[in-house]
Amino acid sequence: MLERIQVLICGGTGCMSSHSKEIKKAFEDELIALGIKEEVGLILTGCFGLCEKGPVIVIYPDETFYSHVKVSDVRTICEEHLLKGRPVMNLMVNDPNAKTKIKQMSQLKFYAKQKRIALRNCGQINPLDIKEYIARDGYLALAKVLTELSSDDVIDEMIASGLKGRGGGGFPTGVKWQFARRSESDIKYVICNADEGDPGAFMDRAILEGDPHSILEAMAICGYAIGSNQGYIYVRAEYPVAVERLKHAINEAKEYGLLGERIFDTDFSFDIDIRLGAGAFVCGEETALIRSIEGYRGMPTTKPPFPAVKGLWDKPTNVNNVETLANVPVIFLKGASFFRSIGTDKSPGTKVFALGGKINNTGLVEVPMGVSLREVVYDIGGGIPAKRKFKAIQTGGPSGGCITEKDLDTKIDFDNLTALGSMMGSGGMIIMDEDNCMVDVARFYLDFTVDESCGKCTPCREGTKQMLDILNRICEGNGTLEDIDELERLGQMIKKTSLCGLGQTAPNPVLSTIKHFKDEYIAHVVDKNCPAGVCSNLTNFVIHDNCIGCTKCARNCPVNAISGWPKQIHTIDQDLCIKCGACKKACPVGAITSDVLLKEVSL
Amino acid sequence: MNKLNITINGLPLTVSEGKTILEAATEHNIYIPRLCFLKDIHEEGNCRLCSIKIEGDKQLKPACKTMVKDNMNIITDDQEIYDTVSMNLELLTHRHHFECFKCSREDNCEFLDLLRKYSIDNEFSQLYGQYDEQNYYYQDENGVMIIDSSKCILCGRCVSACEKLSGLSVLNFNNRGNKTYVGPALFHDLADSGCIYCGKCIQACPTGALREKDDIKAVERALRDKTKKVVVQVAPAVRAALGEAFGLPIGTDVEGKLFSALKALGVHEIMDTNFTADLTILEEGTEFIKRLENNGPFPMFTSCSPGWVNMLELYYPEFIGNLSTCKSPQQMAGALIKTYYAEKMGYDPKDIVSISIMPCIAKKAEARRDEMGRDGYKDVDYVLTTREFSRLIKRRGIDFNALEDSKPFGMLSSYTGAGVIFGATGGVMEAALRTVSEILEEKPTPIEFKELRGNQEIKEASYSIKGQTINVAVVHGGISIKQFFKHLETTDKTYHFVEFMGCVGGCINGGGQPVVKAQIQEQVDVKSLRAAVLYKIDDKANLRKSHENQFVKELYDTYLEKPNSHKSHELLHTTYQKRAPYAKID
Repeated sequence: MLERIQVLICGGTGCMSSHSKEIKKAFEDELIALGIKEEVGLILTGCFGLCEKGPVIVIYPDETFYSHVKVSDVRTICEEHLLKGRPVMNLMVNDPNAKTKIKQMSQLKFYAKQKRIALRNCGQINPLDIKEYIARDGYLALAKVLTELSSDDVIDEMIASGLKGRGGGGFPTGVKWQFARRSESDIKYVICNADEGDPGAFMDRAILEGDPHSILEAMAICGYAIGSNQGYIYVRAEYPVAVERLKHAINEAKEYGLLGERIFDTDFSFDIDIRLGAGAFVCGEETALIRSIEGYRGMPTTKPPFPAVKGLWDKPTNVNNVETLANVPVIFLKGASFFRSIGTDKSPGTKVFALGGKINNTGLVEVPMGVSLREVVYDIGGGIPAKRKFKAIQTGGPSGGCITEKDLDTKIDFDNLTALGSMMGSGGMIIMDEDNCMVDVARFYLDFTVDESCGKCTPCREGTKQMLDILNRICEGNGTLEDIDELERLGQMIKKTSLCGLGQTAPNPVLSTIKHFKDEYIAHVVDKNCPAGVCSNLTNFVIHDNCIGCTKCARNCPVNAISGWPKQIHTIDQDLCIKCGACKKACPVGAITSDVLLKEVSL
Repeated sequence: MNKLNITINGLPLTVSEGKTILEAATEHNIYIPRLCFLKDIHEEGNCRLCSIKIEGDKQLKPACKTMVKDNMNIITDDQEIYDTVSMNLELLTHRHHFECFKCSREDNCEFLDLLRKYSIDNEFSQLYGQYDEQNYYYQDENGVMIIDSSKCILCGRCVSACEKLSGLSVLNFNNRGNKTYVGPALFHDLADSGCIYCGKCIQACPTGALREKDDIKAVERALRDKTKKVVVQVAPAVRAALGEAFGLPIGTDVEGKLFSALKALGVHEIMDTNFTADLTILEEGTEFIKRLENNGPFPMFTSCSPGWVNMLELYYPEFIGNLSTCKSPQQMAGALIKTYYAEKMGYDPKDIVSISIMPCIAKKAEARRDEMGRDGYKDVDYVLTTREFSRLIKRRGIDFNALEDSKPFGMLSSYTGAGVIFGATGGVMEAALRTVSEILEEKPTPIEFKELRGNQEIKEASYSIKGQTINVAVVHGGISIKQFFKHLETTDKTYHFVEFMGCVGGCINGGGQPVVKAQIQEQVDVKSLRAAVLYKIDDKANLRKSHENQFVKELYDTYLEKPNSHKSHELLHTTYQKRAPYAKID
């Protein structure tokens, strides 16, 4: 019997943590009870991207988009929507501009400016069923490549497409493949770098969980191009769902003869094995990754020699990021010119960003290069929650820098972001508002890199720790103006002499925040005040004269530290205050700031 | 080889293709600071002190890992580079616990040399205090060497040396980032971590982070104990290298000054381990001849290198039956000092302090083995490495270079050329062959067996002695030892006698010898120069075969009766135990 309705349930890690698997089970039970199990397809699919609204369910053929679904909603959906054809209104997304609900996924403003190429199958197919991948032209690109193109043709097409590495390096992928092709060796390797380590980044995770076959296909195409018969996917062990789905996908592909010996009856054979990471961010660096696969401590080695010449077990190796590979089948299905038609001249194609922080629509977005930051933050991201004021975007994670209001209209591409003192990185985009302390932000990122530094080279191992110690002192109230100069001096030196990308980019958040938010640093060291009210030693919340006496602050204070009559200016008892900042966020007129207290000296 | 045109600091130079910038600069006497680079052992470019500028490149590059290219313009020193190198050194000083006044490397520290050169102030410690003291890791329970992370600058040379020279990878980095420390896994006791005490790590370490356990104070006290008689023996290899600690060129024979220094220190009796080397040949040669008569067990393995014995006991215990039962010359000397010598001089052995000066740190553990003593005393009470000996001489204010030569005479100090060459790889085998061949053939046989000399990894030879083909091999260093055992698994060839040394090059390259700076190690063939000293002494000696040593004959005639006699077995032979790494993990 043909299914008349299909229920796609998001099976990305985010929604799974919110019980989407239990939701699916509830559906199964409910449908059996209602006797309509045969008519309704239940598919656990990949990430839809609008994670803030998760758990997400999309029902076809009418493309109804349900958000924040709970197990207790399942019966209602089954009875009302699936059985009686009446979509459930209260599970739909509110239209922020009107009082109505938005029914269809494609009507959501979130998706309007996106172009899902790397994420093309995420949220559309069951990642555990190879037939669904094949139904959406899966493995067709590989077939075309193996039967119609030579290895050189493949490289030429990749170069023509202009695809650049999406893991952070931004190196032209076709050229990288060409280097590996030109290295002479009977054994070569293709490695997929799935060690996604930037805090807050989950682009690669979504692709691995939602569309694992796209990676397998891409790696096989790469193998054919460079002359390799063995691929490795190095996945971080903290992605167990991705590991499971990849293993399953590899087995299925082998069963179907799409991996293994003589694929499509040609002379080309390709096998893929999985290698797990063990909790080290530095193993996302390609040479450290290679050492890790070889069984050594994951510590980077100097380049040259580059992996394309001397990589895994000293053989020519091509290492590519997950998102980079996800684009490859599309280039061969639709052609390099199609790919070039999207994005900008210097940065063709799209980029997946993980929107996080102070943004309404947290989740994954894929936009063509050339879209402006403002569009991403406001049109797609839905702006800052609770009407707080935008302060900065951090792109590129712990390797990147911050971008301020004045540069929001910058069109996103590799060169533009680097010119702003930040970088594209792997796609993490954290939005900050007035309640974020930029000194604390720099400290947060540096704390991460200090913890993750492998320790091999002097500047990164010792230098970043010195910088962190200085930042800690600043945030505790023991900083000086000389400290800010020292941070810059250390930062510049570490950038210039570190052995690998981790060290070379670790000072970026600090240097970038000093450049754009110097006044905040000065407030910390001179005034001993944290204007954002984050660094508790330097935070003194004060209610100013523009207080309208609405009592909202007092009502939100968890320790009853605020007193005042209605319509009168309120005051905070500093001895009771725990510096949580709830009052500052609650105040409708911005009358509460963290300011230097004027202390009276009593003799 | 193509010649390339480059400039360094504006100076036009011609360099062969395939060289690194560091090599090119060194060739032309242009200074580039370096710390972690140890040729063929550690070439990772991680200290970042050799950072230089290449025109057209934004990033500073490590000179030790960057190959020269045609028309490259290189700057090795300008304000930016100077500031960068200084800052890296300042960062390293913040991690380092300065105790130079008592440090074993006070006058031979590569780190200190750089700090002086760059006028480093240790500014971070001045501003912010001493570094994380709770993160210092220290162990010395093994009694042989000390791992002291408070001096470690994490260059990684020791890790690479242990991997590439001993093949055992006992030392590695633990933890990560600024919490990294070097040691056995989880800083487990070195004595139980499969270490053979070859000391190659100490020889690779640029600072005092890895050093021998210092026994100087105990020796000083013994020398001042009026109730004790201090008897000192000196290994062959010491005289080939001791001079280096006093600024003499590598390969200077300082035997004469060495013995004068001992006199100046006030020891009661000076012995020479070369004597018991000769004795070892008699004992081991006789043992070998017996095995030839009984057709096995073959091959017989030499047993004088404690590093090698450690390796066999830990990793190849199934071959214990192949080891000669002979003690090492150090231990034979120690046993004779406390029995033969004591009886002759009328001393109570408990009143003798027996000290040895060795090129080796494994000897410190060997002296403490249960079998190496009797009646509650040890045959060798203290072992001083060549380095400790040199420090003792310096601290006493003895002007070593001005000393006249002297030579001890008498029982336990006279030796033949065969005894002195024990210190070089192949020397034991050559000495053994000189004696064994002559005993078996019952007529004069060749003195020199030059094919056994030299530093290639495994040397093999076959000799026809009294109608029998004897196959011998000479193996030195952990890597070659591992290789040889792998070879034994598959080969059909019967080896009869194999000489094993724990250290590449033999004792002259032992873990207790003066440490040679990395830059000199790559310019000069240290092993060959030191070995040449011993071969020269042998060449000039009147007697060159162990069985010609009159004092050895006298020892047998008056005390031991004959080689492998009951008394010999009691005093000069030993037993071995099966051991395993990480035996003491709960």
